[in-house]
Amino acid sequence: MKKRLFVKGNEAVAMGAIEAGCRYYFGYPITPQNDIPEYMSREMPRVGGCFIQAESEVAAINMVLGAGAAGGRVMTSSSGPGISLKAEGISFMAGSEVPAVIVNIQRPGPGLGGIDVSQADYFQAVKGAGHGGYHLVVLAPHSVQELYDLTMLAFDLADRYRMPALVLGDAMLGQMKEALMPHPYQAPEDLPRKDWAVTGKHGRAKGNAVKSLYLGDGELEAHNWHLHAKYARLRENEVRYEATGLDDAELILTAFGGGARIVKTAIAMARREGLKVGLIRPVTVYPFPAEIYRKATERTPKVLCVELNNGQMVEDVRLSSAPGADVRFYGRPGGTGSLPNPEEIFEQICKHYKD
Amino acid sequence: MKKILIDEEFCKGCGLCAEACPKKLLKIGRKLNKQGYPLVEIDEAGQEKCISCALCARICPDVAIKVNKSDD
Amino acid sequence: MASNVQTVFQRPSALKEVPTHYCAGCHHGTVHRLVAEAIDQLGAQQQTIGIGSVGCSVLLYDYFDIDVVEAPHGRAPAVATGVKHVHPDSVVFTYQGDGDLAAIGTAEIIHAANRGELITVIFLNNTTYGMTGGQMAPTTLPGQVTTTSPYGRDVTTEGHPIRMAELLAMLGGTGFSARVAVDTPKRAIEAGRTILKAFEMQKKKQGFAFVEVLGACPTNWGMSAIDANARVEKEMMDFFPLGVYKDVTADGESNVFKTV
Repeated sequence: MKKRLFVKGNEAVAMGAIEAGCRYYFGYPITPQNDIPEYMSREMPRVGGCFIQAESEVAAINMVLGAGAAGGRVMTSSSGPGISLKAEGISFMAGSEVPAVIVNIQRPGPGLGGIDVSQADYFQAVKGAGHGGYHLVVLAPHSVQELYDLTMLAFDLADRYRMPALVLGDAMLGQMKEALMPHPYQAPEDLPRKDWAVTGKHGRAKGNAVKSLYLGDGELEAHNWHLHAKYARLRENEVRYEATGLDDAELILTAFGGGARIVKTAIAMARREGLKVGLIRPVTVYPFPAEIYRKATERTPKVLCVELNNGQMVEDVRLSSAPGADVRFYGRPGGTGSLPNPEEIFEQICKHYKD
Repeated sequence: MKKILIDEEFCKGCGLCAEACPKKLLKIGRKLNKQGYPLVEIDEAGQEKCISCALCARICPDVAIKVNKSDD
Repeated sequence: MASNVQTVFQRPSALKEVPTHYCAGCHHGTVHRLVAEAIDQLGAQQQTIGIGSVGCSVLLYDYFDIDVVEAPHGRAPAVATGVKHVHPDSVVFTYQGDGDLAAIGTAEIIHAANRGELITVIFLNNTTYGMTGGQMAPTTLPGQVTTTSPYGRDVTTEGHPIRMAELLAMLGGTGFSARVAVDTPKRAIEAGRTILKAFEMQKKKQGFAFVEVLGACPTNWGMSAIDANARVEKEMMDFFPLGVYKDVTADGESNVFKTV
């Protein structure tokens, strides 16, 4: 049995990846995720893996594309501005159905923005950073343990659905240390064989082509419907969320990732004061847990969505909630000195609870 | 024996082979292939005179020419 | 009678038996054939992985009977890097045009070469963007008229053509860099030998190997196939001299840059 460790969030991502069999890492330095490439540069050679510091985020994601197309378990990590640069490659990987894990340890934007805590990249993550209309599996951990566990899960989901998966962390989670219980990775038995990967033909009758260009009559449309059928299967089978205190709730709070940590503390304060407040925390923000919002808001129509941005997930909450639900928003966009504390959220709970 | 075998669906009638032939045995004819390209031709006498040097095949961008050689 | 008939030239087996979409007189077809012959000569068809790029040569998988990955515009050397590290015993090559390699993909080609990635890069320089309709390329010659340099390329505002073979030869990871042409049978034969050499060096782990091929684009040059072919020598070779710019094996030593 492994010991409980005291680990930094970024390192937990790297540890989870290596435990899950990731042997290829390509990245480029950017704050606040530098512990991930640093850990990978140190540990990959020890497990017979490959670490390359690429010349750019663009090159890094294309190395990921190549290694993923070749059948390897591969990962890159970055933060907002770097993910913007990777957007081209991510679109190609979605189109070419290349599995890989991409980690975004978010920082505030737009532009260079800052290096503090923010959840400003929700839209970028779930609506598709790049061109062409695709989705990624997007997992939103809210603890160091979840950074470890969900990074592992991301590899399995990427391989099972043959698509890129994104772990959406933030500077708070990446830079904080807390207890982590490492555990051995167990590959699910139903992971499909990568018989589509490029390996050299080695006697195969036909060459494999990993590509996203479809020029024949109707080919591209068929390909897009095929991709969207996968997204429908994801929505059917892979929704994950945490829900607490919904049974008697007068007000539902909802938040994801690092923001949900602050909200959880504020809810505990509210419950101590006798306020009946529940929580929905999406763990998969794509596929979005729409069903639980509909059911919960049929009983409790008032929702306060809290985000470390100016209001992004709240749009999906509104789309998912029962007709007539009263979905409100409180958020701050992040930046130095702009992280709300639990007392601030508690005040908001009191305010919205009453009116 | 035919020394020069031209695949009519591959030839695009660019004429580079005719330029390259040291004996000037190839020419662009009037016959068109399915894609509408005029085809390069070599007549019976040309097949006789051909020295199987394969320069035509080596300049052809479309790998449309196969070259044989007779041992005798 | 039939027993003494010998085939002296036929289609290489790594090249599929299909007509290409290339225009009449386009040199892509010749270079495809030379690459396929090199793969055949190495006996590597079952181990080869090609990386296609964006441009006229995007349909690599339609023509080569091998495994292929299609890279985003300019990124083929980065994609090749990823592929090669997963399958270090495979033979990995990229096939790129001048817009792809020398403009949008400048960072990727320079750093793949500088890292000494054990890949082979085939670069077709025809001084124009073919697929998009003949726009100015990084290799467009001074004064050359294109659809985006309608008054001729003015080097004072539009910059100078880039000599990639020379540029990449300066980098530490480059094992081999050469420029060839396929406008005459003799030069095509020489180009074939050079391409084979660039593949052999990959197998022997002798560094990044690069071959620039001067090619004709009759359609976008607005010329007949014959005139376009002639332009390669008449106009391109003065600016882009043929030759080997770096060969770490030339002194007979095997310079191993990197063991994957």
